[in-house]
Amino acid sequence: MSGIPQAAKGDISIRGVSKVYDPSGARVTAIEQCSFDVAAGQFAVVVGPSGCGKTTLLNAIAGFDTISAGEILLDGEVIASANKQIRPGSDRVVVFQNGALFPWRTMMENIVYGPVRQKTMSRPEAERIARELLRRVGLEGVQDKYPGELSSGVQRRGEILRALINQPTVMLLDEPFRALDAVAKSVMHEFVLELFDFSPRTMFFITHDLDEAILLADKVIVMTTRPARVKTVIEVGLPRPRSANVTGAARYRELKQSLLEVVHEEALKAFQAGEREMA
Amino acid sequence: MSSTALELKRSGRALRISAYVRGILSLKTLQGVSTLVAFVALWQAAVSLKVPYLSNLPYPADVWKSFTDTVVTRAYWISWAVSLERIFVSFLVAQVLGIPLGLLMGISRKSKDILFPVFEIVRPIPPIAWIPLAILFWPTEELSIYALTFIGPFFVIVLNVMQGVANIDVSLKRAALSLGAKPGDIFWKIMLPGALPSILTGMTVGIGVAWNVLIAAEMIAGHVGLGRMTWEAYTNGNIPLIMVGMASIGVAGYLCSGVVRIVGQSCMPWRRRS
Amino acid sequence: MAQSSSLGRRLARAATDAAFWRGLLGLTLFFLAWYVLTAVLKLPRFEKIPDPLAVLVDWLNPHATRSLFTAPYYVDILYSVARTYVAFLAAVVFGVGLGLFMGWSTLLFNFTFPLVEVFRPIPPLSWIPLAIIVLPGIELPVVYVTFIAAFFATVINTILGVHSIDRKYFLAARCLGARPLDVLRDVVVPGALPFIFTGLQIAMGLAWMSLVAGEIIAGQRGLGYYIYQAASLYQYDQVVMYMFTLGFLGFVSSVLIRRVGQRMMAWEEARRKSKG
Repeated sequence: MSGIPQAAKGDISIRGVSKVYDPSGARVTAIEQCSFDVAAGQFAVVVGPSGCGKTTLLNAIAGFDTISAGEILLDGEVIASANKQIRPGSDRVVVFQNGALFPWRTMMENIVYGPVRQKTMSRPEAERIARELLRRVGLEGVQDKYPGELSSGVQRRGEILRALINQPTVMLLDEPFRALDAVAKSVMHEFVLELFDFSPRTMFFITHDLDEAILLADKVIVMTTRPARVKTVIEVGLPRPRSANVTGAARYRELKQSLLEVVHEEALKAFQAGEREMA
Repeated sequence: MSSTALELKRSGRALRISAYVRGILSLKTLQGVSTLVAFVALWQAAVSLKVPYLSNLPYPADVWKSFTDTVVTRAYWISWAVSLERIFVSFLVAQVLGIPLGLLMGISRKSKDILFPVFEIVRPIPPIAWIPLAILFWPTEELSIYALTFIGPFFVIVLNVMQGVANIDVSLKRAALSLGAKPGDIFWKIMLPGALPSILTGMTVGIGVAWNVLIAAEMIAGHVGLGRMTWEAYTNGNIPLIMVGMASIGVAGYLCSGVVRIVGQSCMPWRRRS
Repeated sequence: MAQSSSLGRRLARAATDAAFWRGLLGLTLFFLAWYVLTAVLKLPRFEKIPDPLAVLVDWLNPHATRSLFTAPYYVDILYSVARTYVAFLAAVVFGVGLGLFMGWSTLLFNFTFPLVEVFRPIPPLSWIPLAIIVLPGIELPVVYVTFIAAFFATVINTILGVHSIDRKYFLAARCLGARPLDVLRDVVVPGALPFIFTGLQIAMGLAWMSLVAGEIIAGQRGLGYYIYQAASLYQYDQVVMYMFTLGFLGFVSSVLIRRVGQRMMAWEEARRKSKG
């Protein structure tokens, strides 16, 4: 297996980041003074009410969007600030909310897209590695299928492989399992945990599912209602390799309880804010 | 309380207006206008530099003069009125006959099986190819123009309504049935509103086709109307007037499409864009 | 061999299919009604229309001016098909090309879209007089009018197609290291294909319609031209025969486009099959 495992790099540092949207003069603050760090090879999960600005943060790291103040560093280098926007690149691959495999390419053509387009591998070499990855995760036989022919769970796994084959420093996952049903979701969790053990790298994972957060994360960052600020950072500290069994552990229940309390407070605020807007 | 609400509303409106003004003066508008200006300049240049073929065109100013001379004449507006009336009547008849036929073929499998093959044999015949038969069959020239202008939008609307009904979500029908709806209710409350978007699509496409056919029919068989005006300008070798005619037809077609769109949107409040 | 056996199987299936018999019933009723109205009852006005049998007899008559067994019939078809396809292909090349770039580049869109919007509402057929005056010969005006009709339908649908592509595919491609030209080839083109082919279907219909008008008004030879010729000589059997010929050619053209579309969008077919 030609060196998919790798970590070493991938320190993310978010320092005083704010984002203000200004559509037609109405200033809306999406993020306000956000600061936290993710160490290389750490699995970070960002939790917060929907629409709180989590995605803005992810987009800034990916290079899709700008920030208004503060800076974001990757391995000590500023990649985003008020007057800098990094280009999107395969060192920071995004896995999208509702899946973004190209519907017009087969699974194989999708997975090898990155290395072949960037000419970092020859096509046969990329296909060999892709086949190995597919076999490792038990998805032989889907390589010549189009995404439209596959279940969304299989599509999502394929998309993660498409990201992984580029050996990104950081994987950015924006609520990737949001649209899946409970069974498919638990399969995905096993899949991500195994992949992370096999090839650890910095993960920046957004969700609003607390169980998902604790199960996957080394570090959970809880955000507040709009404008989003960092409310608390929780070190999970559950041992790896991990599986769905940890949900029975006392530490897990304890974490869940404290997370629930924090998040409930925020949800209540969001709800009241919503009612105020309606009135 | 109410005064602050009013103020909020007012400031909201001011905001919208300022956004609107900014929209008009935006870079985007300037870019578009610059292309149009460049187009007219190129036209002027092509004629004065005697570019092959294009030098047959009149100068933009000649066309403008022809336009200002024409719009003040009574005949010009009669052409408008006649063409609009023909479009209105033919289009309306096409909808009145086409929508029920489309609904029938969309709802009843059997009637679709019987009617659709006939429909598919007649439909691909270009409407213009009907001209000789229409002139032969209908007693007056006016009626044959109506009939020709009817054919195009008729086939378009039938096809669209049929497909629209076929695409209605089955779960909607089931939900209505489980709530105790009668077949009549299903038709009026589910099928008809469900088919409305495709009726609107059919009407927007259909009005374009109608203008197309009308212009050809007027050129070949008419005595008045915008198409005829353009054709007579051609036989008299009055090129500026030809271009005035084309522009008038374009404006007329554009206005009609606008009306169809507005009517459609007012029929479907749930589809309106916020 | 395989072809004929599958045809045989298809026929066998059709024979047991109620829809097939209903369709046949519909067609029989249609031609019967036409025959009765025009040839048996000879109602006023209907009596002038040729009856289907007379049309068929004329179509098969080797000694008619134009029929299945005369060369001029095929010459007319050849002229019309050549004009339509030349115009259509030109519209595809320019229309799809321009549409893709306009959809892809906001700058180009802002500059050119107003111009497109100024010309688009002008019905293609009203171009005929100007085309005859400005363009030399008789082929060019006819082809131009046919081209204009197909061109705008193609441009507009291509732009719609590009704008219909979800932003996430652009982002995903750039994430995976695609350069702008890669994005054009790997996202914009395939993503817009479904709309492009819808546009091409419409464009083909408009092209045939404009061709007939162009040939009637400006042409020499070709199906539209002969329809008008035959009408002025009161040979209405021939008119109807040519109308059906035009219908047939239009139908075949649209089937061709659909086939090409299915071949180029294998993923759409695969998805439909797996969901169906």
